[in-house]
Amino acid sequence: MSAIEGAPNGRQANMAVLAQAASSDIATAWAAWPEKPDFHLVRGPETGLVMVRGRAGGGGAPFNLGEATVTRATVRLATGEIGHSYALGRDGEKARLAAIFDALWQRPDDAPAVDALVATLREKTETADDRRREETAATRVNFFTMVRGDD
Amino acid sequence: MTDASAIEGGFADLVLEGQQVFRATMDALANPGTICPLGALAQPPAPLTPELAALALTVLDHDSPVWLDPTLAAAPIVADWLRFHTGAPIVADPAEAMFALAANAATMPPLEKFAMGTDEYPDRSTTLIVATDSLTGGAPLILRGPGIEATATFALSVQITNFHAQWADNRAKFPRGVDVIFVAGGQVAGLPRTTRIGEA
Amino acid sequence: MYVAVKGGEAAIANAHRLLADRRRGDRSVPALRLDQIIEQLGLAVDRCMGEGSLYDKELAALAIIQARGDLIEAIFLVRAYRTTLPRFGYSTPVDTGKMLIERRISATFKDLPGGQLLGPTFDYTHRLLDPTIAENGAVAEGERRDADAEQAPRVTDLLAGEGLIEPDGVAENGEVGDLTRSPLEFPLDRDLRLQALARGDEGFLLGLAYSTQRGYARSHPFVGEIRIGEVDVELDIPELGFAVNLGRIKVTECQMVNQFKGSAKAPPQFTRGYGLVFGQAERKAMSMALCDRALRAREFGEDLAGIAQDEEFVISHLDNVQSTGFVEHLKLPHYVDFQAELGLVRRMRAEYEAKQAEGDEPLQEAAE
Repeated sequence: MSAIEGAPNGRQANMAVLAQAASSDIATAWAAWPEKPDFHLVRGPETGLVMVRGRAGGGGAPFNLGEATVTRATVRLATGEIGHSYALGRDGEKARLAAIFDALWQRPDDAPAVDALVATLREKTETADDRRREETAATRVNFFTMVRGDD
Repeated sequence: MTDASAIEGGFADLVLEGQQVFRATMDALANPGTICPLGALAQPPAPLTPELAALALTVLDHDSPVWLDPTLAAAPIVADWLRFHTGAPIVADPAEAMFALAANAATMPPLEKFAMGTDEYPDRSTTLIVATDSLTGGAPLILRGPGIEATATFALSVQITNFHAQWADNRAKFPRGVDVIFVAGGQVAGLPRTTRIGEA
Repeated sequence: MYVAVKGGEAAIANAHRLLADRRRGDRSVPALRLDQIIEQLGLAVDRCMGEGSLYDKELAALAIIQARGDLIEAIFLVRAYRTTLPRFGYSTPVDTGKMLIERRISATFKDLPGGQLLGPTFDYTHRLLDPTIAENGAVAEGERRDADAEQAPRVTDLLAGEGLIEPDGVAENGEVGDLTRSPLEFPLDRDLRLQALARGDEGFLLGLAYSTQRGYARSHPFVGEIRIGEVDVELDIPELGFAVNLGRIKVTECQMVNQFKGSAKAPPQFTRGYGLVFGQAERKAMSMALCDRALRAREFGEDLAGIAQDEEFVISHLDNVQSTGFVEHLKLPHYVDFQAELGLVRRMRAEYEAKQAEGDEPLQEAAE
């Protein structure tokens, strides 16, 4: 199931928003988080490569396009929840914090606050995307058809 | 969704610990019969041993298919742990494996079931990593060959069935054949395919 | 005869130091920052990512600065860096149909669903150098208009109706070739060719593409569609049981449509070439699409009319790191080889002159 088509606040959708969010926004949210949980790092943060694939013709057989840097982390809260994060780029701190938020979301008491954070981050991305669409739309060619009269 | 024991127990410092284990294993294979301390161990779920896991974390990755012996294959948590920590694809056919992990040497299939490599690419063979009772408590084997000045003594506790005959067959296939790494008690020793096991 | 080469270490250390000095240049001039390269030399960053085959803007920007602007040197740096990172896996194939579009044009249909969206293009600039850019004055933000809610459909889908255009082909998710893992063995399947083309040198592919238009492959191409924008990258994670969205990358996609008269193997139809590259790299994507089509000659039973259709030639020489590796290796000491050659040439010359001396007498008699 595609991440974008999942439920708006499902785990998959939340992870997608965290992956796209700016490092500084996640860091700010963490700094302001009232009750930071105890946790330990199970794996990472580590940077590796994902081979990005395309499709021949756009919709045909897959081919390997080229690699992208990806950083991932897995944390475990003292209360047992396991959080993962995977995101493009080489930002280890963002990976670590995103994994903690993923773990926190699995605690019923903390889930609403994480959902609220995700909603804020999502809105920021969507606003930026809307602006991009509007700037592109301004470059749309409008073909006027001239109707000649019977002169 | 994820059982905690399927993900805990990897190297704390993958780079440094992996380097230590790699160095020890390389030295062991370069000097056949020499016992080398691994230097770093992992804490995997049973029946994976700390030594097998340390080797796995060091040599396995996304591109290296690995075969698990019946003991390891019987416990799904082992495959989960290996997949999480190494990304290695797990294959059922030993002939497709780049590496093989064996927790119980006695139940290993014949060596010839593994990948032997080709004449053009003899390195496309399986490297076996075998946990054994002891690297020093068995009957002494007399080793000769590259990396050994004259002879070396290796008191491996041999648990692989019909090992001497199998090893002679393996030698006969040179340059094709398999190489074997033995681990026990935090230590590693190696038998590359070039080593001859002779009479005392 | 041997020539001893010693004492190079000191020379090399000083050469590196001099390189660093020249790279920095006049110290009273502000040093470049990575964010300046990323923001203001974005298309150089995109080329470095595409041919370096590594999508990471900071790394590409660093490579460009370190290489003093020599892009092939920068690409070399990026390729080398790639080898230090472990592979986590293969993404699910990106869906360019769901792209967040920044530019989208078609030369085959004028007024198409989704519209012609020019985006930040050079196409209409008349190529007049603009000195005002050097004055670093204020630059206005882009104009904004209400955006169309509906996603622009693929032009190739629009053409698919009458069955006159070659379809995408089976979208089977079988084994995909990876030239970063196994050596190439000719003949190649299309997946490996596309991977090689995507990393190939833009200049080399541009020249080949041009040659196909000048008659060296009998093609009549049209740009069915070019789209530039961001696509999601997803990765299946076994321990999670679902695919995670890793974020977005920018890609340029080009669909070339070629008229094809038919052959023993295929009926008359429009056949296609496909280009897909990292970043905004329109010229490269178009060249890739033209070369992709040319290299599919075998599939369509076409006669080989030009070098762009020669798979072994094109694929063996399109990688600029590979090419420069061999070309630049000529700088390495070949002193012993050359001494041997010198001896050989001297001997051959002596024989030649001896023969000339013998031959001169009969010639003189004939002239007399």
